[in-house]
Amino acid sequence: MNRIVVVGYGPAAHRFVETLADKGFDGRITVIGEEPRPAYDRVALTSYLSGTSAEDLTYPVPGGVVTRLNTRATGIDRQAGHVVTGDGAEPYDVLVLATGSAPFVPPVPGAEHAYVYRTIEDLDAIRVAAKDAAEGVVVGGGLLGLEAADALRALGLKAHIVEMSPWLMPRQVDEGGGSVLKSHIEELGLSVHAGAGVQEIVTDGKGRVTGLRKPDGTVVDAQVVVFSAGIRPRDELARSAGLAVGERGGIVVDSAMRTSDPAIYAVGECALAGGMIYGLVGPCNTMAEVAAEQIMGGRAAFDGADLSTKLKLLGVEVAQFGAMDGALDVTYMDPVAGVYKKLFISDDARTLLGGICVGDASPYTTLRPFVGKPLPAPPSDLLFTGSGAANLDLPDDAQVCSCNNVCAGDIRTAIAGSGAADVAGIKACTRAGTTCGSCVPMLKQLLEKSGVEVSKSLCEHFTYSRAELFDIVRVRKIGTFSQLITEHGQGRGCDICKPAVASILASLHNGHVLEGERAALQDTNDAFLANIQKNGTYSVVPRIPGGEITPDKLIVIGEVARDFGLYTKITGGQRIDLFGARVEQLPEIWRRLVDAGFESGHAYGKALRTVKSCVGSTWCRYGVQDSVGMAIALELRYRGLRSPHKIKSAVSGCARECAEARSKDFGIIATEQGWNLYVGGNGGFRPRHADLLAKDLSTDELIRTIDRFLMFYIRTADRLQRTAAWIESLDGGLDYLREVIMQDSLGLCADLDAQMEHHIATYADEWQATLDDPDKLSRFVSFVNAPGVPDPSIVFGSERGQIRPAVAR
Amino acid sequence: MTWTPVCDYDAMLPERGVCALVGDVQVAVFRTYDGALHALANRDPFSGAYVLSRGIVGTRKGEPTVASPLHKQVFSLVSGRCLDEDAVTVPVYPVRVAGGCVEVSV
Ligand code: SRM
Ligand SMILES: Cc1cc2nc3c(=O)[nH]c(=O)nc-3n(C[C@H](O)[C@H](O)[C@H](O)COP(=O)(O)OP(=O)(O)OC[C@H]3O[C@@H](n4cnc5c(N)ncnc54)[C@H](O)[C@@H]3O)c2cc1C
Ligand code: SF4
Ligand code: FES
Repeated sequence: MNRIVVVGYGPAAHRFVETLADKGFDGRITVIGEEPRPAYDRVALTSYLSGTSAEDLTYPVPGGVVTRLNTRATGIDRQAGHVVTGDGAEPYDVLVLATGSAPFVPPVPGAEHAYVYRTIEDLDAIRVAAKDAAEGVVVGGGLLGLEAADALRALGLKAHIVEMSPWLMPRQVDEGGGSVLKSHIEELGLSVHAGAGVQEIVTDGKGRVTGLRKPDGTVVDAQVVVFSAGIRPRDELARSAGLAVGERGGIVVDSAMRTSDPAIYAVGECALAGGMIYGLVGPCNTMAEVAAEQIMGGRAAFDGADLSTKLKLLGVEVAQFGAMDGALDVTYMDPVAGVYKKLFISDDARTLLGGICVGDASPYTTLRPFVGKPLPAPPSDLLFTGSGAANLDLPDDAQVCSCNNVCAGDIRTAIAGSGAADVAGIKACTRAGTTCGSCVPMLKQLLEKSGVEVSKSLCEHFTYSRAELFDIVRVRKIGTFSQLITEHGQGRGCDICKPAVASILASLHNGHVLEGERAALQDTNDAFLANIQKNGTYSVVPRIPGGEITPDKLIVIGEVARDFGLYTKITGGQRIDLFGARVEQLPEIWRRLVDAGFESGHAYGKALRTVKSCVGSTWCRYGVQDSVGMAIALELRYRGLRSPHKIKSAVSGCARECAEARSKDFGIIATEQGWNLYVGGNGGFRPRHADLLAKDLSTDELIRTIDRFLMFYIRTADRLQRTAAWIESLDGGLDYLREVIMQDSLGLCADLDAQMEHHIATYADEWQATLDDPDKLSRFVSFVNAPGVPDPSIVFGSERGQIRPAVAR
Repeated sequence: MTWTPVCDYDAMLPERGVCALVGDVQVAVFRTYDGALHALANRDPFSGAYVLSRGIVGTRKGEPTVASPLHKQVFSLVSGRCLDEDAVTVPVYPVRVAGGCVEVSV
């Protein structure tokens, strides 16, 4: 038995060959896959649309494995012992079928014009189709259908979901949960047509899709239709080779994953194990491991798997674990907050059987491991307090990671036996947490409980978190990095702790960032008070508070750019960026700008960036307050404030929200009575809308609340943690934040106010201060031994009438 | 060995680098906290930009290092070896102080 052939190269095939390699199999392994690349992370497929590359999703091919990609197996000759492909035959001693499944497309007229959602190529096709479309519809309101609909929405389409059952996700939630889920989904802007089937995909004369006709005759307008109406196991090879298949499809296997031919195994979504097709990656992986062990002479067996699921749709938590009914059940429903939680319990009210959660999936993480075990606390505690289960001790055999079949005991062994000291260590040892990630909070808890000090260390030089270092510097009145690292750290620092400490010193003392020893702590951007670009030049962004600027100042910017040959661009922050300056040009550029009344815009700092504004009541016919005036006041108040990460803000003059204030760390929206303050928003990789902190504030109240919000953030956030993540990390979240900064529950407010007053009183423009100091200025040269010489490696080409970086020859 | 003067030793900030042009070679010279000097090629091999002299100086497990200001790969100031990517190394040059002046040899 030295030739193993695998047909199909999906996640199950990958796990199979990986396990074989781990176990030291020394024969020949060939994988035949019809897709153009090795297996990739299908669970994370949707992230491909938001920029994750195909390479990032693709799993590495284990050493020694021969792959035949772009190749479909068309037959199996069991007599001769080989697999037939378009270009020949592949002999095997053991054959493993891992052909997965295909999306089910119902045979309705026009179905040939629809898309499915399973492979990278499917997503490429959908992306292209979405370019010329305004609306899209997904057929199927299950886990995958919702994910596909959200993807259509992210591609800019108005998305519809058509679901046959009376409510969404019928396999995971009951009717009550379904109705709460529907309101969440609609809030995301998706429209839901439940209880409706598909009669026809409607096309115009030229074969272009125009909509989907429901059985009642009404048409949902859409130019893109995606089917996500279930999967069918790909058992065609097995069928034609005469292997046993199930009545409704699937290759019949025993608990060793063996088919009706002992030389042929089947694993993953194509396998019918115990009469079930498993459409989740966790069980597929387990099957792959079982088959690999069996082939290597082991005795592993597959005896069913957990089908718990948690929806990954941004913003809406939906989860189901264990059984979906039971003799007794306890329900908690809060339609206002959009939360529905239900637990199923045995008739003696002792054993937890399963649960459903919508709007708050915390019980999924905390209670899933208790399925089939005695209830760890009264059900009402578990449901109502939400965190009731957080402090429970898990039995060793409780499954923590269902994707990779890892129990609490395995994790404890990894911690105690193999010295896994953090989540990364546990992942490496056990694979727990490496697939869907939903068990990671549980891993952290197990680490904390096992007495392992979960490392909060900033880096190898400090065993403290940023917040702890902030307090040390504040309370012990430490003035320099040297003092801090000598007294409280080890070694000499690095690119992580130095800028972090520089930021703490700047927040607390507000001196010049290039003063004395601090000059050596700054990242290159802060060290040169400009933003480094890919060719080693810098960009210059003068402050344009609120985005308001006079024609004269615009002309100055134009002249400076022209005279220094800089590339200019309007930024996303309502100001102007001048690119391509060499270090020795920076002071001359600042001089011109400062003389015209400009100052640094801190585009380079972890600091307040911009406060954007809309037109507001001065000009706009809808405006109810002067948003421009407020934005300028706030930008000038907080300019230069150094913080754990950058801080952005915006002010809108009415509820139409043209300044996009809710995508900012703090956003202000004018009301008839005053100002609404929103906090914790951001754009970027993981966009998040800010939440309402307080309503109808007067101008004074608004400013006082923002002062405290910012200072409390600066004191307690982690390094590079924006306000959204910081608020999420606060025990008690937004309510707790309100208590601290609006009701002064910690008695901190006077201190926070004083700290902000100090900042405002001591603010000075960094460019001006640098120009005034010959010592600091002397560092702005390309070469110390040839101060007048420009860096010869910096050369430019041209594009659309402006410079662009080019490569020196 | 020919030595090229760079600048006064006292003009160099501890824990920071400067760049010198020697013929057409760019040399990044660093002064660490203990007064020692190190010289590496200024070119960041990952980006091709001439910027290493502007990186943050520090230590990793006691070894003096500089982090590229572009994408933060860390290089040993002693060997020029990239500590984040085994196969990558930047040239190291001899450096000394003579009569209060820092000199490098390329
Ligand atoms: C220049 C600008 C692009 C433009 O031409 O429009 C820009 C340029 C950079 N952005 Fe940005 N961002 C710019 C507006 C934005 C915006 C839009 C906005 O502010 O309204 C966003 C989304 C809003 C937000 O931040 O929440 C944005 C989200 C990011 C992020 C992701 C932040 C996140 O929390 O996920 C990064 C990465 C980071 O900061 O770690 C980033 C990082 C960067 C860096 C610093 C990347 C780098 O390290 O070099 C770029 C600096 C280049 C330079 O020389 O200025 N930039 N960046 C914009 C400058 C605005 C300004 O006037 O200061
Ligand atoms: C968008 C999306 C999101 C998902 N999210 C989750 C999730 O959150 N959690 C979860 O548990 N599961 C999720 N799943 C399901 C999970 O991806 C599957 O359970 C898993 O991919 C099954 O792996 P497999 O290897 O059995 O089958 P597949 O991934 O289908 O791989 C089979 C491979 O075999 C190839 N093949 C078939 N026949 C032949 C042949 N004759 N010759 C050559 N090659 C052939 C196919 O082209 C395919 O590449 C998701 C699926 C999708 C599509
Ligand atoms: S999005 Fe921002 S960070 Fe990314 S390339 Fe554009 S400017 Fe740079
Ligand atoms: S449960 Fe999915 S990675 Fe652990």
